[in-house]
Amino acid sequence: MTETKKGWKDLPIGGNILEAGNSQHYFTGTWRTYKPITDLDKCINCLQCWMFCPDNSIVIKDGKMDGQDYDHCKGCGVCAAICPVKAIDMIKEEK
Amino acid sequence: MGKYIALTGAESAAFAMKQINPDVVAAYPITPQTPVAMKFSEYVANGEVNTEYVTVESEHSAMSATVGAAAAGARAMTATASNGLALMWEIVYIASSMRLPILMAVVNRALSGPINIHGDHSDAMGARDSGWIQIFNENNQEVYDSFIMALRIAEHPDVLTPAMVCQDGFITSHSVENVMPLTNEQVQKFIGKKKFKGLITADKPFTMGPLDLQDYYFEHKKQQHEAMKKVFAVVEEVQNEYAKEFGRKYSVIEEYRTEDADTIIMGLNSVMGNVKTVVDSAREKGIKIGAVKPRFFRPFPVDYLRDLLPKFKAVVVLDRSDSFGAMPPLYSETLAALYGIENAPMIKGYIHGLGGRDTNLAMIETVVDNLQKLKDTGEGNLTFEYLGVRE
Amino acid sequence: MALTLKDLINKQIPLNGGHRMCGGCPVPVIVKQVLMSTDHPKIIGNATGCLEVATTIYPYTAWNHPWIHNAFENVAATVSGIEAAHNALSRIGEVPEHNKDAKFIAFAGDGGTYDIGLQSLSGALERGHNMLYVCYDNEGYMNTGIQRSSATPIGANTTTTPIGSESYGKTQSRKDLLSIVAAHHIPYAASTSPHNWMDAMKKSKKAIETQGPTFLLYFAPCIPGWKIPSDVWKKLSETAVKTCFWPLIEFEDGKWSLTGESKLIAEGKMPKIPVEEFLKSQGRFKHLFTDKNKHVIEIIQKDVDKSWNYYKGLAGY
Ligand SMILES: Cc1ncc(C[n+]2csc(CCOP(=O)(O)OP(=O)(O)O)c2C)c(N)n1
Ligand code: SF4
Ligand code: SF4
Repeated sequence: MTETKKGWKDLPIGGNILEAGNSQHYFTGTWRTYKPITDLDKCINCLQCWMFCPDNSIVIKDGKMDGQDYDHCKGCGVCAAICPVKAIDMIKEEK
Repeated sequence: MGKYIALTGAESAAFAMKQINPDVVAAYPITPQTPVAMKFSEYVANGEVNTEYVTVESEHSAMSATVGAAAAGARAMTATASNGLALMWEIVYIASSMRLPILMAVVNRALSGPINIHGDHSDAMGARDSGWIQIFNENNQEVYDSFIMALRIAEHPDVLTPAMVCQDGFITSHSVENVMPLTNEQVQKFIGKKKFKGLITADKPFTMGPLDLQDYYFEHKKQQHEAMKKVFAVVEEVQNEYAKEFGRKYSVIEEYRTEDADTIIMGLNSVMGNVKTVVDSAREKGIKIGAVKPRFFRPFPVDYLRDLLPKFKAVVVLDRSDSFGAMPPLYSETLAALYGIENAPMIKGYIHGLGGRDTNLAMIETVVDNLQKLKDTGEGNLTFEYLGVRE
Repeated sequence: MALTLKDLINKQIPLNGGHRMCGGCPVPVIVKQVLMSTDHPKIIGNATGCLEVATTIYPYTAWNHPWIHNAFENVAATVSGIEAAHNALSRIGEVPEHNKDAKFIAFAGDGGTYDIGLQSLSGALERGHNMLYVCYDNEGYMNTGIQRSSATPIGANTTTTPIGSESYGKTQSRKDLLSIVAAHHIPYAASTSPHNWMDAMKKSKKAIETQGPTFLLYFAPCIPGWKIPSDVWKKLSETAVKTCFWPLIEFEDGKWSLTGESKLIAEGKMPKIPVEEFLKSQGRFKHLFTDKNKHVIEIIQKDVDKSWNYYKGLAGY
């Protein structure tokens, strides 16, 4: 994540941020000490994890839960804690 | 051009606001600004404007709502005085940092405490570093004209910075004078359509007012700094157009009988009326004296003063506020502007009129006497003192 | 629009990942529930606090909505101004038809609402702006390092009510904000909790789609503030409701009612459990579980019962 920082002449005035949702480019995945691993065979697609993940890090593919977005997932463990069929395990992050 | 109508200073501000027909006004009553809010409410009640008037519960909310409105693309205005300005302080800085061209009528009143309702400049001077343009006005006509011009200045794409249009509490705000307004059509044509865009609208996502840390805050401040540097070029353009269209010529610094003057008295707002009267009578006695009235305190007209003041031998600066433990603002900034100029004049400062104390002709006459002494002997050079305070 | 997860997952998410809220913080979930509850056009204002600070660290923003932050105590006034501008600009044809009935939504923490922002909130409610004000109540000033607010419960250990030889933490009870808000006779106000997403989203939808000022008081456990692990807040919120520490309440057209688990408890269909169950897993109350301080748990229980009985009464039970 190397960013070149603009000078005052090139920055939009007023401290405004013009691009919506650009925090996507900022990777909070580095915060993790534990990593959620999903057993997609166990997953019943109740989508509870999607609702309760605070970091928008449950990947949805074709309407189905498809694991986690590790660029942004902070490893909070909420998805694992609430999964009704225990399809998600939290394992120590290898650094 | 319209015809003369009798208006108080407060009504002159309200009248200009009415003709501009802002989208949003949010204001809260405080003496001596109250007649601005009341008069404008009448215009709203009678359908003379299209404005949404937000009857906020405090000045803090007045400035907050004005910021929200301007961010959403409204021509937004407010008015206040003294403690009201002090209460909105926090948001005054935010308004300028967001680069919102808000206009605010400031009816200058002494700050508490002790509580006092009369005119001095402690309120506006406290906000001098808030990033707002500050225009000071001697009389009702000037208040009116400044308001119309201020809108053009604030909204100019090179500037996009809010502006305060100041007048003295009671002395100006509550005195009736004949004012010659423009017609509504003239005002509308002069101000033109809004050029700034609504940023916070339901049409598209946008982020305004984020957390700005060490890595970017500095650059955003530099942008404000640079915008202020461009103000006088825009002011000159707007003043010239105003003079051409309507025959009233304003300048960044008004000069009165300075052609052959060797001494001058300088000050802001209404006191300059009395100063001019005293200049006239001193002239009759053969004293070569004039008056100099900066109309802007922010940006501070440094280059103008460096050009102008070396023409004189001695200068007195009148400040209607104190900066306890330091030199008063107009005096100190004038001194700073003159630093290093070879033929800079001698200079002396007076703090006058705090809490609305009348700065009468007799007091200004003593100032004239002392100014002549300063010129002839250098007595009092680089000092400042209270004018007319009881020992 | 039906509120089903199958539909919701296809919609634009209001807050992207990459924001800097604590891992596991429920506040982004609250934002998601409120803003995804309806497709109604929206403009967001945010008071200073965790949500504002952590979602918009320049040059990044997590927001996919028009969003403004002004200061700490003035989000209601700021939103008032935006609404006024919207109305004025609508009249002169500067607002497209499909956005004309936009809702103006303010988010603030309990500090920005119960304390420093109460005046601005009250003013805006009284003036009747078309605003939904959402207070995410994490029961303290968390962004500045866990200080007490008037929403902090009695007995809580905070950095301005620290425990010590002479102190068991905060000595005052919580302010009843919902009643204060309801006293403005606004058309809709409710309390809710993110664990019960259906309750929360139904209320959010109503609060957004009801014209005029509306209010949501949202339970928001805080990981460092309450000294809890990052993965327990859903369960903890549920316990808060089941102990009646945080009843789910609705105030609509002047009538009070209970919803979700609270309704079941009031009707005797679900047991009301002791508040101890809610307190015991939180570090901020740990010191209460000693001989010296256990009387405080009784005080808390009395507080909870009093408030519960009061609202149960209002709801006609
Ligand atoms: C006028 C003013 N006073 C104090 C602060 C410092 N401050 C920033 S956020 C905050 C606490 C916010 O608490 P709350 O509203 O509960 O939101 P939370 O941080 O818990 O999300 C304080 C005290 C400020 N920004 N402005
Ligand atoms: S661990 Fe937390 S952040 Fe990561 S996917 Fe699960 S709920 Fe989301
Ligand atoms: S301090 Fe609390 S409220 Fe703030 S981001 Fe962290 S968990 Fe959320």
